[in-house]
Amino acid sequence: MNDQPIIITGISKGRAWVFGDNINTDIIIPFRFKSRTNDPYEMAKYAMYGFDPDFHKKISKGDILVAGRNFGGGSSREQAPVALKYAGISAVMAESFARIFYRNAFTIGLPALEIPEIKGKVNQGDELKIDIINFNAENIRTKEIFHAREVPEFMRQMLLEGGLVEYYKKYKQFPWIQT
Amino acid sequence: MQTTLSSVQQQERQDLSHIKNILDDKSLTFAEKVISIKNAETRNKKSRMIAVAGDIVIVDVDLAMAQDSTGPLAIRSLNEMGIDKLHDPSKALLVIDHTFPAADEKVANLHAMIRDFVSKHSCMIVEGSISHQHILEYFATPGMMLLGADSHTCQAGCVSAFACGIGSTEIAAVWATGQLWLRVPETIKINLSGTFNKGVFARDLILDHIGKVGEDGANYKALEWKFSTDFIKRQFSMDSRACVSNASMECGAKISVFPIDEITTQYLDENPRINNNIGSKIEIQPGTQAKYKDEFEIECDKIVPQVSGPDNVDKVHSVEELANVEIDQAFIGSSTNGRLEDLEIAARILKGRKVHKNTRCVVTPASVKVYQDAIRRGYVEIYLESGAVFTNATCGACVGTHLGALGENEICISSSSRNFVGRMGALSSKVYLASPATVAASAIEGKIADPRRYL
Repeated sequence: MNDQPIIITGISKGRAWVFGDNINTDIIIPFRFKSRTNDPYEMAKYAMYGFDPDFHKKISKGDILVAGRNFGGGSSREQAPVALKYAGISAVMAESFARIFYRNAFTIGLPALEIPEIKGKVNQGDELKIDIINFNAENIRTKEIFHAREVPEFMRQMLLEGGLVEYYKKYKQFPWIQT
Repeated sequence: MQTTLSSVQQQERQDLSHIKNILDDKSLTFAEKVISIKNAETRNKKSRMIAVAGDIVIVDVDLAMAQDSTGPLAIRSLNEMGIDKLHDPSKALLVIDHTFPAADEKVANLHAMIRDFVSKHSCMIVEGSISHQHILEYFATPGMMLLGADSHTCQAGCVSAFACGIGSTEIAAVWATGQLWLRVPETIKINLSGTFNKGVFARDLILDHIGKVGEDGANYKALEWKFSTDFIKRQFSMDSRACVSNASMECGAKISVFPIDEITTQYLDENPRINNNIGSKIEIQPGTQAKYKDEFEIECDKIVPQVSGPDNVDKVHSVEELANVEIDQAFIGSSTNGRLEDLEIAARILKGRKVHKNTRCVVTPASVKVYQDAIRRGYVEIYLESGAVFTNATCGACVGTHLGALGENEICISSSSRNFVGRMGALSSKVYLASPATVAASAIEGKIADPRRYL
């Protein structure tokens, strides 16, 4: 079993998978699968199962989800962003995110870019460039650049380190503690 | 020695006066007051800060909970970070409720991992009651800061606790430090007036509201519920408040809070708290001049029995619109609607009647206490006579993990929390949400049915 953490930093490129509004956590990973393993690679086999049980086989490493409003609504399950990340998804862009999913995505090191004007600006399969240093995204086909909603600096730092666990391993401190 | 004591006393006096200033502040919402009081950054400092909506604040946490589907990941994160000591084990709670008792070997192994962790750290564990109901029955106090790795943690807002859901690794961080950062939410105020008509319950009210505002209608926001009259206040028992606070998650609310009144006091008197170490009781009333992001007036008279679904909670219809949709299963239970009041109305409707021959009816209490009360009051006998199944307390059917999962193309009407695609089983199955009364009436008819003709 591959036990190396996947760390997504700096600039990444990938193909877009476009979804609508209210993609909830039961669609991202159903309870009965996520509650029977503690292995992120096993969770990845059920990424977006509620949309297509074979989704994890159809994506390429680095692909990016682009969604409408309220991505990740519902459950607090951290397995949702974990499944996406370990399936190879390098970022999620959405018009808006549900509160707990958004926190969890930063915590586990999956870039989540809130871009209110993204609707209709990305087609299925478009090549996208995500920059989590400057917190923006580019649709390479249209050359349009989208600025994501700003986040507190400690959240961006945590993301750049690959998530809370990786941050803590490096600094022996939680990122929100100001010294 | 005397100098030290006096400086401690001085500090305590300053703390108390700071808390009093916050409590008396007319301009602050409930969320602003709790977070200001729990602010860990200004504690023991001369300069005191009042936190307002939009601020990011590190707070002291009174209780941090994880359950059997979120606890294992929290434990894994603690292990990966190399943290082997909890800040205060008496403020860490693990609850085995979702797939309890273990439905299979994989689940059993994760349960064992939780028990090992609890034994190593001497933290608290509960098995066989749904976390939110157990916390309400034994732990929740007004003004406490409760974080849980479960979205429906917000239920404890029914006793005026600041209670909200977060993820597993953040719970691990709270266990390690006793603290976490929070953004102070904006608040939406909802005024309730009128009276519930026959066959209409708290669940209908919150479904109706979610239908109006949408699944993200309160995303990142706090909800403050208000009663415009004593009459409507008395119709909101603690069970009804718990239902509303719990289901507020389905419009994205961060917290959902009821005011403290005689119903709260009576509930807390009748159900003594068992852990005095967590959350000193602080009665926090929002300021009369607090700023609200939005305000709603709900006249309860205008609400009719609601049915939501399938696939999204905000797809809300009146029961008449969906009458005659045939069902394979009727489920009464979950943390949203598995309390005594819910089991009582279901028993009233099922008494002397039979569950339809083409329908299974599953009844699941929210806690061991509710289970015992249901036996004492004779409800279990009524369910069994009617042909329904009565299970142990668990989240089982609601999340499709055991005790009532759905097969291909099956249709279920349920009092549980969500109706998302594949929530209770097969992706092709469909779930409709309604009050326990509507579910019980539907169980009898084998199709979605109006409860008013049984009351």
